[in-house]
Amino acid sequence: MDLNLIMYLIPSLIMFGCGVYGFITRKNMIAILISLELMLNSVDINFVVFNRYLFPAQQEGMFFTLFAIAIAAAETAVAIAIIINVYRAAKNVDINQITKMKF
Amino acid sequence: MESLGNVIMYVIIALTIIVFSVLAVTTKKILRSATYLLFVLLATAAIYFQMDYEFLGATQIAVYAGGIVVLFVFAIMLTHKPGEDAAPITSHKRTLGLVACGAGVLLCGAAMLGYAKFCGQSLPSMSDFTIDSLGKMLLSTDKYGYLLPFEAVSVLLLACIIGGIVIARKR
Amino acid sequence: MPLSSTIYVLAIPLFMFLFLGLVGVKMPRKITGVIGVLGMAVTTVWAYAIAFTYFFGNGEGQMLDGVRQQVVATDWTWLSFYADKLVVKLGVLIDPISAMMLVVISTVSFMVHLYSLGYMSDHDGNPEKGFQRYYADLALFTFSMLGLVVSTNIFQMFIFFEMVGVSSYLLIGFYYGQQPANHASKKAFIVTRLADLFFLIGILILSFYTKTFDFKEIMGANGHDVCNAFTSAQGLTFMGCSVTAWALTFIFIGGAGKSAMYPLHIWLPDAMEGPTPVSALIHAATMVVAGVFLVARMFPLYVLEQGAMDIICVVGAFTAFYAAAVACTQSDIKRALAFSTISQIAFMMTSLAVSSANGKLLGGHEAGLGYMASMFHLFTHAMFKALLFLCAGAIIHAVHSNENSKMHGLHKFMPITSIAFLIGCLAIAGIPPFAGFFSKDEILVACYEKGIGWGLWMSMVAGMTAFYMFRIYYLIFFWKKHEVHGEHAPKDQPWTMTVPLIVLAIISCVAGFAPFGKLVTWDGAQLETHMNWPIAGASVGIALIGIGLATMMYWKENPLPDKLATMFKGLWTASYKRFYMDELYQFITHKIIFQSISKPIAWFDRTIIDGFFNLLGNVTNSASFGIRKMQSGNVQGYVSYYIIGAVLLAAVTGVVILCF
Repeated sequence: MDLNLIMYLIPSLIMFGCGVYGFITRKNMIAILISLELMLNSVDINFVVFNRYLFPAQQEGMFFTLFAIAIAAAETAVAIAIIINVYRAAKNVDINQITKMKF
Repeated sequence: MESLGNVIMYVIIALTIIVFSVLAVTTKKILRSATYLLFVLLATAAIYFQMDYEFLGATQIAVYAGGIVVLFVFAIMLTHKPGEDAAPITSHKRTLGLVACGAGVLLCGAAMLGYAKFCGQSLPSMSDFTIDSLGKMLLSTDKYGYLLPFEAVSVLLLACIIGGIVIARKR
Repeated sequence: MPLSSTIYVLAIPLFMFLFLGLVGVKMPRKITGVIGVLGMAVTTVWAYAIAFTYFFGNGEGQMLDGVRQQVVATDWTWLSFYADKLVVKLGVLIDPISAMMLVVISTVSFMVHLYSLGYMSDHDGNPEKGFQRYYADLALFTFSMLGLVVSTNIFQMFIFFEMVGVSSYLLIGFYYGQQPANHASKKAFIVTRLADLFFLIGILILSFYTKTFDFKEIMGANGHDVCNAFTSAQGLTFMGCSVTAWALTFIFIGGAGKSAMYPLHIWLPDAMEGPTPVSALIHAATMVVAGVFLVARMFPLYVLEQGAMDIICVVGAFTAFYAAAVACTQSDIKRALAFSTISQIAFMMTSLAVSSANGKLLGGHEAGLGYMASMFHLFTHAMFKALLFLCAGAIIHAVHSNENSKMHGLHKFMPITSIAFLIGCLAIAGIPPFAGFFSKDEILVACYEKGIGWGLWMSMVAGMTAFYMFRIYYLIFFWKKHEVHGEHAPKDQPWTMTVPLIVLAIISCVAGFAPFGKLVTWDGAQLETHMNWPIAGASVGIALIGIGLATMMYWKENPLPDKLATMFKGLWTASYKRFYMDELYQFITHKIIFQSISKPIAWFDRTIIDGFFNLLGNVTNSASFGIRKMQSGNVQGYVSYYIIGAVLLAAVTGVVILCF
């Protein structure tokens, strides 16, 4: 049996779908952040797999992923700082609490 | 033909990703959710190893599994009482989520399967790509050099450190 | 004095306007008045020097083979478009009529400046409120009028035409606290603006065909060389008349508005709400002749368009009679003088218009007799009408009323004013040797040359002029003994007011002897004038009859005028009510224009146009109000919509790609 490109993309797609579902349904902001990480991770997998299977002579996808990881780390750190700040003000991390940015 | 070990490895990885992804977004306890995320991230690192990107896999484990998940755990412990259950998901939201997720997955899946016949080959061999050449590329300004994004990321990290402090500090 | 320094004649009043208008409020009122008078004195002397240089010098090419040339002293391109295809210039053009007008304007303006020092003060000699504004506006008016007469092109003339209108508006409405003054200033402005609209249309037509605004380019030197574009445009017709006739008629309508020709005269009697010196300066001596000046400036073109000339002729002759008829019954002395002004300006217009009828259009000297007579009358009329108005101002200042019923028998109290007024009356009536005799005689000669009917008609109007002027004179100074009201008996006014009267009276006595035929002619060549004794004698006779009638009726109190008034009650009332012209305008504007045109348009505007835009606004508003719920602040909601939208977009794209 060949392990081809599609076979790696399928778990990645399911991971992304789970991320979307979690992002929409969860109320807890940290859970939403976790869903976000899932989506980001599935995209990373795609980059690497495409790079490795289709353009093995070059390394752009790999570097993309490398930088994406770095940026994801930074983003998570800031997001968690914001969440903790919200928690300080609202005493919970419920996404429904922070709906001030509306009409 | 792939070696059998590889195929078994692939099956384990794929199953881990699928099962723990679903669990991560459906479990009621937030700490468990973070733990499942950790498993997913480790499985992802395993994919990288399978692709012969050892450095990337190591980074994935070090930064994601070692850094981000720990951050999550700290955040959860700061903001949650132990053993607290998440509020039940409303059916309206569940429907919306299922529709959005299902539609997206179906569409992408259909597109992917439509192109499946072009991706039939197995893993091609990679010309020698070592940590040494990776480091050189990362710090080079040539055609395939990544010094500028590297520096940009370093500035971004600095900004994040400062931003994190500014946002989270007590006023 | 080089002619190029004419620009300073304009610059001084402009500077005075800016200076008094901006800084004047900070200074004592009396000082601003003195500064204004001094500035005007310099302007006057300068203008005299320019006129002297032009008429009697020969250093700057103003005389060529015994023919007086037009001199462009200053020429400056203001605007230039389309690679110099459309050029608007500003400049100074000196020719006989503009040099003469410089003298007229500066003289009268200086006299009025001086006179106003006394007039615009109370009985203790303290200047009244708004004194600085008054002098600033006077300076602005003087500047605009001077700019008008030296214009090198018709566009510049239009600009100054408008500026003259604005300063007239400001000065009529000087007492802006009083409702009649406000109404009068608005009326004057709107009526003249309406006329100026026609003027502008005329300018556009004319310049469209001639491709230039410049007088010299259109008319050539002294009008001998009218440009080909004009003569070829005469061949083009629009609705049966040549386009140039339309253009010149429209330009005349503009002039008729400023010169108060029937039926655009209605603003002038109301303009008497302004201070009397203003009436003397603007509404008797200078601004109202702007229309005459305009026609005179374009005279070489009008000569070529007999149709336009005929219109001017008819309008002028009718206006002269109409205004004289109204002047016979007015009880407000300023209004009577105003109608007299209208009548006299109509004399000038008629004289210009008959001027072309002599057959020997180009080359013959007599061709320009009417033109010369018109300019002559403009000159003399400015002097004696300013005199009459200033006298009226002195009387009004003394008795605090415009109505002649409040005056009567003032001769004993105000002898200087009385004699000055008498001189003015004799001058306007055309009694030799006063100024009006000579100029009016020339006009009548020109009219008789056009046709015996025109001559008789104008002679009759001249007789009426004598009658109504002496009627006013007797009613003010004689009729019966003056009843003194209050403590102050009327007396001659302080020297600032009497000196201008005396100066103007002297000018009115001697101005008739000016050799106008040698100085001011339409083509610059000298015109030999000689007394036409039969016509002169007849006109003096008619004037004497008029004076005699007035003496009989108004010298001493007697019931004759009342008896006549009751006998011809309808006629008398109609004349007193100015033949219901104001009522007619009122009816036309309110009942016809406002009711049947403006109201439907206003309805259309408010309901349809406003309604359409209100509908747009309301629909947008309610639509936004309806969909604002989507902006819930719920990030997860946004993400769901985004993903669904992205999926739909991708699906549609995919389907499209697969199908085609």
